[in-house]
Amino acid sequence: MNILWLQSAGCGGCTMSLLCAESPSLIDLFHGAGLEFLWHPSLSEATGAEVRRLLDAIEAGEQQLDILCVEGAIARGPRGTGRYHMLAGTGRSMLDWVESLAPLARHVVAVGTCATYGGVTSAGDNPSDAAGLQYEGSHAGAVLPATFRDKAGLPVINISGCPVHPDWVTETLMLLAAGALGPEDLDQYARPRFFADNLVHHACTKNEFYEYKASAEELSQMGCMMEHLGCIGTQAVGDCNIRLWNGEGSCTRAGYPCINCTAPEFEEPGHGFTETPKFAGIPVGLPTDMPKAWFMALASLSKRATPRRVAENAVADRVIVPPSVKSRKHD
Amino acid sequence: MTDRMTDTTTLLVGPFNRVEGDLEIRLEVAEGRVTAAYANSPMFRGFESMLRGKGPMDALTLTPRICGICSISQSMAAALALADLAGAEMIPNGSRVAQLLHMVENVSDHLMHFNLFFMPDFARPIYADRPWHGRTVERFTAVHGSALKRATEARAQLLHIVGLLGGKWPHTLAIQPGGVTRAPTARDKVRIGADLAAFRAYLEEVVIGAPLEVLLELTQIEQLNGWQTGDFGLFLEISDNLMLQTSGVGEHRYLSFGAYPTPEGRRFVPGILRDGTAGELEPAGIIEDLSHSWMLGPDAHPLHGQTLPDEDMREDAYSWCKAPRLRGESFETGALARQAIDGHPLALALSKEGSVRARVAGRLLELARTQVEMERLLAEIDPREPFMRHVKLPQDGEGVGLVEAARGALGHWFRVERGEITSYQIIAPTTWNFSPRDRSNIPGPVEAALVGAPVQPGEDTPIAVQHIVRSFDPCMVCTVH
Repeated sequence: MNILWLQSAGCGGCTMSLLCAESPSLIDLFHGAGLEFLWHPSLSEATGAEVRRLLDAIEAGEQQLDILCVEGAIARGPRGTGRYHMLAGTGRSMLDWVESLAPLARHVVAVGTCATYGGVTSAGDNPSDAAGLQYEGSHAGAVLPATFRDKAGLPVINISGCPVHPDWVTETLMLLAAGALGPEDLDQYARPRFFADNLVHHACTKNEFYEYKASAEELSQMGCMMEHLGCIGTQAVGDCNIRLWNGEGSCTRAGYPCINCTAPEFEEPGHGFTETPKFAGIPVGLPTDMPKAWFMALASLSKRATPRRVAENAVADRVIVPPSVKSRKHD
Repeated sequence: MTDRMTDTTTLLVGPFNRVEGDLEIRLEVAEGRVTAAYANSPMFRGFESMLRGKGPMDALTLTPRICGICSISQSMAAALALADLAGAEMIPNGSRVAQLLHMVENVSDHLMHFNLFFMPDFARPIYADRPWHGRTVERFTAVHGSALKRATEARAQLLHIVGLLGGKWPHTLAIQPGGVTRAPTARDKVRIGADLAAFRAYLEEVVIGAPLEVLLELTQIEQLNGWQTGDFGLFLEISDNLMLQTSGVGEHRYLSFGAYPTPEGRRFVPGILRDGTAGELEPAGIIEDLSHSWMLGPDAHPLHGQTLPDEDMREDAYSWCKAPRLRGESFETGALARQAIDGHPLALALSKEGSVRARVAGRLLELARTQVEMERLLAEIDPREPFMRHVKLPQDGEGVGLVEAARGALGHWFRVERGEITSYQIIAPTTWNFSPRDRSNIPGPVEAALVGAPVQPGEDTPIAVQHIVRSFDPCMVCTVH
């Protein structure tokens, strides 16, 4: 399948992340899966007039388009003209191009939280009137209507993340190439369930601290970051702590909170990104699917049961109390 | 289109790819040469406006997302500006980790630029009759060349250092005004050492084709003439054959904010270089000129600047990019500027040449120098010491953070009142390099460097223009932000 990749109002970081794909690397993986770039702005040889001719050929129906990938939000301003991002050399806005090309593609894939829901490009007062392809924040219907379906009956496939994990993109594209991604494989925000059915909390290395609500009070401390430091890994979808990033990384493993970057409207949490909003000293957001009363009861019980090791390590920047090692009986 | 009276043709070049972000260049061409160039940064997002009203610490989450390729540079500038607001400094060990993260990003960007963005143009059929073409097709064909594959793999492995220390790349939140969020252990340190050793082996075997120290000891351009090893050797052969040492010559004004502030000072020193004469950097003399930008309001120093987009996109302006000037002059910034200002003799010689070749050679020289600096920095990290110090921000005040991204000088200037950001202004490297004309009609650096570029009959996207533009390694998403 061929892929036309457009970079709209975003930072280009999803492409940068995609190029971190390993085992195999991106191009080998594409080769093996029968995927190829028709054009990619960071990678392809064609520039300027060569690209304009390609885009014209797609619009004229002379060039088949299998997958349209859009990275970055769509700037609709000023005043609905889309002129905050004119696709260079074409005299037309990216808004206009996307509206024109999306119906011609077999599949449309939004790459990253800007392209899916508006993301950081729509933060604050949303100066460029940016939106995602099919969602404006959590509201369905944006540049493309909520009813948009591709030729295979799928909505825009939303690979959210800021940035995306390279594997989320490559695996989605491979599933599409294999004809193995149906509507039932997407969650309520059209995110592929193979990563969105997990929570960032799953396999978080701070889970023992979480169990006892042994909390870090400041960044660089090892404890759970839910109570004081804004971590919403217990509510955020993503397999970040299962498949890991750039070798053995993840946000929480690097000691800073999950800011729920796979979710619509994560860019405006309504409080500082590294602060936990509280009511009467209790965090407002609770873990997904957890009844509040049970959470409170378990939390107060487990706090009292916290082992000294866990309590002391929680507010240290490294392990200061190692796990005790039981000696064997005959020693 | 052709104006018969002057026989001047206008070419619109875009979408200009293999740069970061979107770029459009308008060229006026007469007698087979570019007579004037206009660089348009065609995308506006408005980060400076988004930040107003937010708590200052939110800049650490939002500003890295200006750019997916210079993300850590933006992080560093924001962290330094916040520390400046607080009158604090990063704790020494935390600073070393932060600088190591920053070096990894810059090195990875240089590698990517050379292999994925710049070199593939020489594999184009237009050069099929050149003696080096067959080798270049094998090594550097866009997407599929063997050098691109190897570079992508080496880059991914190098970025494991960011995975380990910073969680992920891009868009880490690990770098804070007081240090870094994760204290690496002795085990982490040896693991990073292994990644760095593997990267050195790759550079020496593939890119430079010799021990890095051999390159670093060169002092004169003439010594490059005999360099035949590695992909650097192939580039120099192509460069000689195409006379890239005379292509895209700039105006010999260079600027660097100085890279990698550590407790022992900046590893690459700040300064300016005008026609070969070194001078001190005086950031107070920076003014952003808005005369040819789709921006409203007065020209101003970034501490007092505004970002008010002109929704009407007035006719006498042509870019969303502002035009930064230092004491009224445009300046080129980037690896060549940084290394020349730091006083490396080969870079100084190359800065006098100021060409396509000089920019690319300067970048590879810096790649080698930074590898050595990363190794030195890693050795200085002491896993027994703390990596973060508590920094309390005042409710009111201002902060400035000046760093060097891969592409050159990056600055954040902001003001806070009652705990909220009231103004946040950013000048990115490509804001300097790809600035439009100013009030005196003085073109920006790339606009000036393009004048004289040859345009062959029938070319609608001139190849010489592509080499010149890409030699600057523009990052368009940073430019306007």
